[in-house]
Amino acid sequence: MKEIEAQCLRALLGIAERMYDQMKAGKIPELEIATRTKHNIEFNEESEVWVYGDRRSIRSAKTVKGAYMLLRMAYVIGFLKEQLNANKSSTLRELYYISENWGMAKFNEQQESDRLIEDLEIITAFQREHFHIRPEEDGATVIGPLRIREETRRGVKEIHCQDDVGEGGYQIPVNVDKIEFVDHDAKFVIAIETGGMRDRLVENGFDEKFDAIIVHLKGQPARSTRRLLRRLNTELGLPVVVFTDGDPWSYRIYASVAYGSIKSAHLSEYLATPAAKFVGIRPSDIVKYDLPSDKLTDKDIQALNSILSDPRFDTDFWKREVTLQLELNKKSEQQALAKYGLDYVTDVYLPERLSELGVI
Amino acid sequence: MIAEELAKKQKEISIAEFFEKNKHILGYSNPVKSIITCVKEAVDNSLDACEEAGILPDILVKITRSEKNSYRIIVEDNGPGVVKEQIPRVFGKLLYGSRFHAIRQSRGQQGIGISAAVLYAQLTTGKPAVIISKTSPKEKAWKVELFINTRKNEPEIVSEERIEWHRARGTRIEIEVAGTYVKERKQSVLEYLRETSIVNPHAKITFIDPDGEIFEFQRVSEELPLVPKEIKPHPHGIELGMLMSMLRYTNAKNLKNFLKAEFVRVGDKTAEEVLNKAGLDPSLDPKSLSRDDALKLLNTFKETDFLPPPTDCLSPIGESLIMKSLMTEYNAEWVYATTRKPKVYSGHPFLVEVGIAYGGEIKGDEKVSILRYANKIPLLYQQSGCALTKAVESVNWKNYGLQQSRGELPVGPAVILIHLASTNIPYTSESKEAIAAIPEIIDEVRLSLQEVGRRLREYVERKKKLQRKKKKEDVLNKVLPLLAKKVCEVLEKDPLDVDRIVAKIIGNVHVERSIAESDGYMDVCLRISNFTKSRKEMKVYEMCSGEVEAENAKVMQSSYTTLMWNITLEPNEEVELRYRVKGRIVNKKPLVEGVSEEILSGGEVTFL
Repeated sequence: MKEIEAQCLRALLGIAERMYDQMKAGKIPELEIATRTKHNIEFNEESEVWVYGDRRSIRSAKTVKGAYMLLRMAYVIGFLKEQLNANKSSTLRELYYISENWGMAKFNEQQESDRLIEDLEIITAFQREHFHIRPEEDGATVIGPLRIREETRRGVKEIHCQDDVGEGGYQIPVNVDKIEFVDHDAKFVIAIETGGMRDRLVENGFDEKFDAIIVHLKGQPARSTRRLLRRLNTELGLPVVVFTDGDPWSYRIYASVAYGSIKSAHLSEYLATPAAKFVGIRPSDIVKYDLPSDKLTDKDIQALNSILSDPRFDTDFWKREVTLQLELNKKSEQQALAKYGLDYVTDVYLPERLSELGVI
Repeated sequence: MIAEELAKKQKEISIAEFFEKNKHILGYSNPVKSIITCVKEAVDNSLDACEEAGILPDILVKITRSEKNSYRIIVEDNGPGVVKEQIPRVFGKLLYGSRFHAIRQSRGQQGIGISAAVLYAQLTTGKPAVIISKTSPKEKAWKVELFINTRKNEPEIVSEERIEWHRARGTRIEIEVAGTYVKERKQSVLEYLRETSIVNPHAKITFIDPDGEIFEFQRVSEELPLVPKEIKPHPHGIELGMLMSMLRYTNAKNLKNFLKAEFVRVGDKTAEEVLNKAGLDPSLDPKSLSRDDALKLLNTFKETDFLPPPTDCLSPIGESLIMKSLMTEYNAEWVYATTRKPKVYSGHPFLVEVGIAYGGEIKGDEKVSILRYANKIPLLYQQSGCALTKAVESVNWKNYGLQQSRGELPVGPAVILIHLASTNIPYTSESKEAIAAIPEIIDEVRLSLQEVGRRLREYVERKKKLQRKKKKEDVLNKVLPLLAKKVCEVLEKDPLDVDRIVAKIIGNVHVERSIAESDGYMDVCLRISNFTKSRKEMKVYEMCSGEVEAENAKVMQSSYTTLMWNITLEPNEEVELRYRVKGRIVNKKPLVEGVSEEILSGGEVTFL
């Protein structure tokens, strides 16, 4: 076992020891953990990302819910101990299925086991990779003038993300830290929410024309995608821009790239790219470009109002844009730009916006 | 009174015709009801006779199929019996009774009930009634067969003889009537007897139905109800007809004495005031008053203030007996009852009692059953037209833990009993099956229902809370030991006992026994912890065989040694009790007295 894994195991067993000591002393077992809500995230001036604040929640066996949570945690710790000792690994989904055999400790849905792993990350200050827990392949892709070196089961391979890949691009591996950047000719990175828009840019040769690395976010981006964006930004010094639909859910995608997500704020310093800029679609674009739009649903309105009280969005830009959107009562998709032709996005919209942002 | 008036006017016609014209009033309007009425009249007679004689009633009702559509009804009691001379008149003459003008809470329509049943039997099957009666264990019983002469309204004896009878004393009546016997319905003999038994907890009633099935309604109280006192009428509670007949039959020689003697709350001063206002001479002979004079007198009554009538003439069933009866009859999990203070409407004293039985064997998915009583008589008919039912419907039972559609009877596992006692029950019609909506009465009924409802809500909430607590305890009792086991397994440590931690979370009183053995001795330590929110006083017992040494314990010797500690624990306080034994401990878990089962863990509740 590597030293870091041994440390990780000690940290995990430390949690079990705390519970043991409490019960041994006749106390009700409980655990303290950072509160994981938007009310407990703070901007860290140094790293410029949002991390958890000082608020703590107590998970106590006093309640049935708390008791189940501690029981499951004990089982997961037991499982991780065996896994680390045997030098095996498993996916989040596998962990969920393994719990089928745990009787009362079994998880009711995968969300619960995923969340429990995050809890363990927060309490131990280690990452799930150290527990030998992997996420499922999420298949997010990269295309652009970038050469990387990746350790594969068939040896080390060098791959150029334009020349050596098909139209589908290079698939980001689960452990982004295992790839090495060899060289690149890129001027910036553009992260795109939807597959349709990503394909449009590739088809229009945007990566070649503008020396851009195109990263497909595939909705709410996986940790590996966010880690890649951060590495491209910090290691290669490339500006990162995010291009999404014009609705509250998409703004949250941008926020998790740029500021860190609320759910995994304990990893913000590792995953977030504070320098990432928001391209659009902006609510003001709906007016400016007279975009085809849909009416906001009740849930959209709720989410927009929630954004207004989200500390990560507490800037003049977002206040103005979100308020405008609520007034307009409209939302538009990226592909609404097709109203002006298929090349409009690569010939007009993006060049205009990117030069505004000082990226090109 | 109505029957009496009618009878007076109808002197010329035969009583058979009188019966035919009035059978809806008398309770013989249909074949099902006729049988219930016959049983009811006989049972009422038996209950009244026993009550007056101070005997705990033991009543047998037996119905057998006779010919097509006719049944033999036998009702037998252990009452005082009827002296031979009276038998023909009591059973064979309509309108024979002792107390026409007595104002009191009473069961029957005086003087007509049982003889009407005899008449009904005779008119429908042509068979005589057979009466057996015995007034003393030393004598033989009289057996009398009789008809009623329908032209003369006089008894006609068919035969009479002295016979041996197994009862020490009592009365038995046997009649054969046409009718329809029904089972398992709200309106049935069985239901009537059940409801009668509920409000007569001092009576034992045995019923043998036509199929030979036996139903026993047990005596749940050895206490005889108080015989209601008779009172004279109150001037505000009288009608013209009654006033006129009182004027005619009084022994008083002048009007002033008539008022003083025949009414409550009328003295010299009030009598003079009334007569003065009415413009009637106090020295007038009451018998000489015309209808107009009587009307004048009645109107003056209405304009005059009198003290309200005395209320000690009412005889409630009582809260504890209602609860006991409901509990016995319905096997409920919870019962409650309230008896209101007597009130007065229009010069008539009345009081309301309401009881409720909840849960247990009572079905939960139907509308609640309403048991209505007027002067301890079950009202089986016209439920929806009765003000008592409407009062139940007008209460918002959703507040009290039952389901309810607006303006309907609530739905839930409950039975609601309402008893109205009064010297004058205000019925909606002459058939005396539904109570009229008198505002004073409705108010009292609603207040009682609301009180009962509040208690029901308290009970249901407490029960829910206990269930939640129990459920939580069950889950934690599984989860925490699993947690301890897993944690110990992961850390490779010895097992932990977490029962005390569960007790702490739940808020129980917890008893933990730990034993250390050395040199053949067991050093036992009981740790008692009070995790509840209140101070607890309790006794803790251990039973051992062999040598026992204990500090601070009371030691009792029998075939084994019992140790007893008296302890008081404040919330979150703990105590350790120690003893040493060479032998063995007899009881599996420490025994605790003074703490209820729901809040005790680690020990067993005992009632030594």
